Amino acid sequence: MDIVVCVKQTPVATAEKRLDPDLLLDRESVDNAINTYDEPAIEEGLRLLEAHGGSITFLSMGPDEAVDSLRKALAMAGDLDARAVLISDDALRGSDILGTALALSAAIQKLNPNLVILGMRSDDGGAGVLAAAMAQHLDLALLTNANTVTIEGKTVRSHRRLSDGYIVQESDLPLILAVTDAINTPRYPSLKGIMGAKKKPLQTWSLEELAIEPDRVGTAGARTHVLGAVAPPPRAKGEVVEDKGDAAERILAFLAVRKVV
Amino acid sequence: MQKPTTSDIWVLVPLEGEAPARAGLDLLAGARDLAAQLGGQAVAVIYGSGAGAQAAALARWGAQQVLVCDDSALAGAGADGVADILGQAIEAKGPRALLLDAALDGPDIAGRLAVRLGAGLLANATALAARDGAVVMQETAFDGALVVTCAADQDVTTIITVRARTFEAREYPGEVTVEALSFAPSAQALRVRNVETVRQTTGEAVPLEAAQVIVSGGRGMGGPEAFGILKDLAGALGGAVGASRAAVDAGWVPYAMQVGQTGKQVKPKVYIACGISGAIQHKVGMQNSAAIIAINKDPEAPIFDFADLGIVGDCLEIVPKLTAAVRARP
Repeated sequence: MDIVVCVKQTPVATAEKRLDPDLLLDRESVDNAINTYDEPAIEEGLRLLEAHGGSITFLSMGPDEAVDSLRKALAMAGDLDARAVLISDDALRGSDILGTALALSAAIQKLNPNLVILGMRSDDGGAGVLAAAMAQHLDLALLTNANTVTIEGKTVRSHRRLSDGYIVQESDLPLILAVTDAINTPRYPSLKGIMGAKKKPLQTWSLEELAIEPDRVGTAGARTHVLGAVAPPPRAKGEVVEDKGDAAERILAFLAVRKVV
Repeated sequence: MQKPTTSDIWVLVPLEGEAPARAGLDLLAGARDLAAQLGGQAVAVIYGSGAGAQAAALARWGAQQVLVCDDSALAGAGADGVADILGQAIEAKGPRALLLDAALDGPDIAGRLAVRLGAGLLANATALAARDGAVVMQETAFDGALVVTCAADQDVTTIITVRARTFEAREYPGEVTVEALSFAPSAQALRVRNVETVRQTTGEAVPLEAAQVIVSGGRGMGGPEAFGILKDLAGALGGAVGASRAAVDAGWVPYAMQVGQTGKQVKPKVYIACGISGAIQHKVGMQNSAAIIAINKDPEAPIFDFADLGIVGDCLEIVPKLTAAVRARP
């Protein structure tokens, strides 16, 4: 089975996020890492590869620095048959979700896998719509919110997580799968894996190699536009007191003022 | 590229059992306001076997038109089937925008439709308005670090996913026109088979999303047994019990109780966080509570930075005393 896992490099949670003067996220002056929701997608891809054999390709789109996240994914793959592709092109800067979906889908068409795996959302955008947008481009079936996945022959079975339970869903390969953040516990790369990752194949593809006209992506192709961004006023810090045996009374008084008792 | 031919704002209103889902009715209130600003109508789209019986009820909640797809083929179909019907309907009728709940099926439908229609896409809206004829939304990005304002191009239909509780359902007087849609999902839209639905109820008297008081537990509770004292307190206050992701991941309580970025987003009058450190993943789900009380042994816990009342102490001691004190009130 040939698997593609989509990996995004995003600013780390502790980084101060700001937009640069052209209203795009400043990705250069902050620390970046693999999107936390993509790590379970990488792990699930590796587990399926271990169970069923085949190859895995980690696919990312972003600035050249995104190779760091791809190398980390390759390190997690250890001895498995793994490679990476970075879609990088100046014209992609400022792409909205749909521009991103177009470029990733073109690369997937070229790679022609049986299974595409994504995380449930990204740390930065967080819309959670990318998998569906790609499924539409590629005319593939879509399983999202997958909390468990098993594959038998051509049939993929997943438990789609609901707020109060799950739906058992089935569909046939090829398809796109988006996994939850609770599906597994991602492995740490071994030292051997980290050393080996440097020797694994990593290609960079431009828009020309994907036959995408530059005006369909980036700021030029976007149908929605950022007008501005502000940091919301932080929630005020209230009173913090040590319990001297009177905490219950204090809380009760607070609840009474708020009229919930 | 799908060009709007009307200023109508559509809302997908899923049915829960036989009744319209609360999230859909909330969206209808938002659609009504936006449509009024743009000179169009609020249109509810409902689907499924027997959906037609709900059409009149939707007038009460602000729908000026109801489109009904009373097709049994959609009963077992997931997001793909619904997206296919909506795509056909939008192509036929040209609304200005479609609003979808940003939870569960909403993002899947939105992604499919945006590509199919060449539409604009706005995700996770926390406010919507018309500005100079354009649809403008606010979203909180990067786990709440930035509030971003985005506008959609006016010459394309826009698909918008909206965060839970952004709008509140309101009742309206007035008439509604009902139209049946005769579209059926294509074979491609039915490639996913729903084999079985398993419900895991928490046995809560009050649903988390509707509770005025929420008592939540985290890793600091030490284990599943300690959630019993939280349940007692929530019971005494007429509220519900929530949990942090750490407590859910540890297997102490079901996911249905998870509050946070990948769980439920709640807005109670008072949120009582017990043994919860206040990581960003949790904060995103509860920071819109009217008031926050935090009890934690660790005086350095980040939750004390945004709690209105912080108690440095042991939940296992304080919570039972508090429950007794609440019950002892006249």
